[in-house]
Amino acid sequence: MIEPREQAAPPAPGSSEPANGTVPPPIRRIALDRQPTVALPPSQDAVAIANTSDRSLAAARRPARGVAGPERMRIEGLNVYYGNNHVVKNVSLPIRQGEVLALIGPSGCGKTTLLRTLNRLTELTSSARRDGMITLDGSDIDSLEVTEHRRRVSMVFQQPNPFPMSVFDNVAYALREQGAKRPKKKVLEPYVIEALQRAGLYDEVSSNLDHPALRLSGGQQQRLCIARALAARPEVLLMDEPCSALDPKSTNVIEELIVELRKDLAIVIVTHNLQQAYRVGDHVAFMYLGDLVEYGQTDALFDNPKAARTRDYIGGAFG
Amino acid sequence: MSVPTRMPAPMPPLPPLPLPRSPGGRKGKSPKKKQVNESISTWRLTDRIGYVMMWAAGLMLCAIGIGILVYMAFKGVQYLRPSLIFSSPTAEIDQSKSGGFFDPLIGTVLITLIGIIIATPIAIFAATWIVEYGRPTWLARLIDSGIEIIAGTPDIVIALFGLVLFQQGIFGWMSFTATGGAVFGRSFLTAGAMMSLIALPMVFAATREGLQSIPAHVREASYALGKTKAATIRRVLLPSVKANISTGAALGMGRIAGDTAIIVVLLGASLTLDPEGDVPGLNLLKGTGGTLTSYVYNNSPAGEGNAPQKAYAAAFVLLLIVLALNFAVDRIARSGAKTGLETSRLGAR
Repeated sequence: MIEPREQAAPPAPGSSEPANGTVPPPIRRIALDRQPTVALPPSQDAVAIANTSDRSLAAARRPARGVAGPERMRIEGLNVYYGNNHVVKNVSLPIRQGEVLALIGPSGCGKTTLLRTLNRLTELTSSARRDGMITLDGSDIDSLEVTEHRRRVSMVFQQPNPFPMSVFDNVAYALREQGAKRPKKKVLEPYVIEALQRAGLYDEVSSNLDHPALRLSGGQQQRLCIARALAARPEVLLMDEPCSALDPKSTNVIEELIVELRKDLAIVIVTHNLQQAYRVGDHVAFMYLGDLVEYGQTDALFDNPKAARTRDYIGGAFG
Repeated sequence: MSVPTRMPAPMPPLPPLPLPRSPGGRKGKSPKKKQVNESISTWRLTDRIGYVMMWAAGLMLCAIGIGILVYMAFKGVQYLRPSLIFSSPTAEIDQSKSGGFFDPLIGTVLITLIGIIIATPIAIFAATWIVEYGRPTWLARLIDSGIEIIAGTPDIVIALFGLVLFQQGIFGWMSFTATGGAVFGRSFLTAGAMMSLIALPMVFAATREGLQSIPAHVREASYALGKTKAATIRRVLLPSVKANISTGAALGMGRIAGDTAIIVVLLGASLTLDPEGDVPGLNLLKGTGGTLTSYVYNNSPAGEGNAPQKAYAAAFVLLLIVLALNFAVDRIARSGAKTGLETSRLGAR
């Protein structure tokens, strides 16, 4: 676990190149064990995280790879267009249970569109078209009813977006069927509590399940959204930059949660934060301008990127 | 991950800012104060004129509002007696025997309730359709302009239109029908139906504004949980605009309670409630009557009654009702702000 980072420390190979006018910008290897340049708030937690994060926490977060379970979803030759805009170009990816797949790439490269396509949310955009095959457990997702599909492939968004109702109702909402008969609160309670426990939120909100969800802190709201997504017992959990609106401490909590959850779920996470992709991802897919440039094991992709684009991006040359 | 060193092109230096005019040179204000607070004496003349006019406009409106309230309170309290509120008006030359305005008070409550009960659901349905569906676009635009036209139509025009409409035989059940088959067209039902048009644009606008301000990702969060559009609207979107709907409804009720033209044309503006038929409850709705506004008009020097004291007392009660509704709007808006989603947009109200 520690070796790759040790290798990352020496100065970038590109920096030794002669500086004439046309040389591309130097490529720096990402220093994953470097402290963030933005100062963390000097709270005890932050100090604790800073002291432990890179050796023990990060290592604990990345248990042995290769525990991949059965393949849950498969994307094959996927193209997505918004009007005349070709946003996702011929992408093929497997999504396996027990794994976190991290999608990285610069802004506007189609990561989020790809994620939304898996949940069939792109269908809400009238100008969006899609071709290519996406399967869920071997069956084409178009053959499933869309609500059924979305219950099995759930999604967490960038902004924490609890509904303006109580904490309990937020989670119960996912469980209540659309049918004429709505299950009683008593029936739902164990499921709601279980979902909150899986999201690691129950201890914090157990005494005030009836409080409005919007009074929770940002990190708690995001975990509530995760609990809400988990309540319907999905097989795949999609996360669209789930930490980008959160502070470092909440980010840490949610990353731990992601690693914990991947035992029972296939997780796909879109992130702008390469360190986050490194910390939580088992596989990483790098996208650029709609193309899937590189896909591979996290260690392999970060340490020995095959494509020049990937090397430049994770080296910080652009993006 | 910082971008590798790239030398930015050197920026030309900015021209020096013009120095503010020294306050000392113009009016000799204490320089100490200027350091703490920006003094308007350093502003341009036009800015200063604008600033003074803003203050003047605000103060003037305050003064007018307080003036009306104080004057009405003074006159109203002077003439208002409990007996006025709780006795029915009677036609007497002697003002001491002509009773109070119990009937018009009931009429105001009744007409307000009928109007808002008709207007609210229609407005909510229309607003939800426009925001959440809104296809085809031309139809959405048509509905939008239709509601704008209703909002812009003078109430006397709405009243006349209503009279023409409800005198058709098909609406005979709503009002008194003479033996010859002629339909009178004036009743609480017909007036209430037209009153709903006064309140509808307000409820519609409030609901639409509320729905539009819900970010798209909240809807998507609901869809992403496998919920249908209908479930999303019913369980997430409409509950989160409850405060907006209440605000719009309360404003609309204020408008209905204060309207006169429709009362005069469509309710008969009689002093007492005149039930029609013998089904209890329905006879009241089918009958004619009056409200506080028509009572005030009748008793004002312009009307037949010419009992200004009673007009003042009734007007004061009407003002209190409308103020209470406005107060309710404020409270609803504030309680809505607490739940989170509504904070930004209700600041204006």
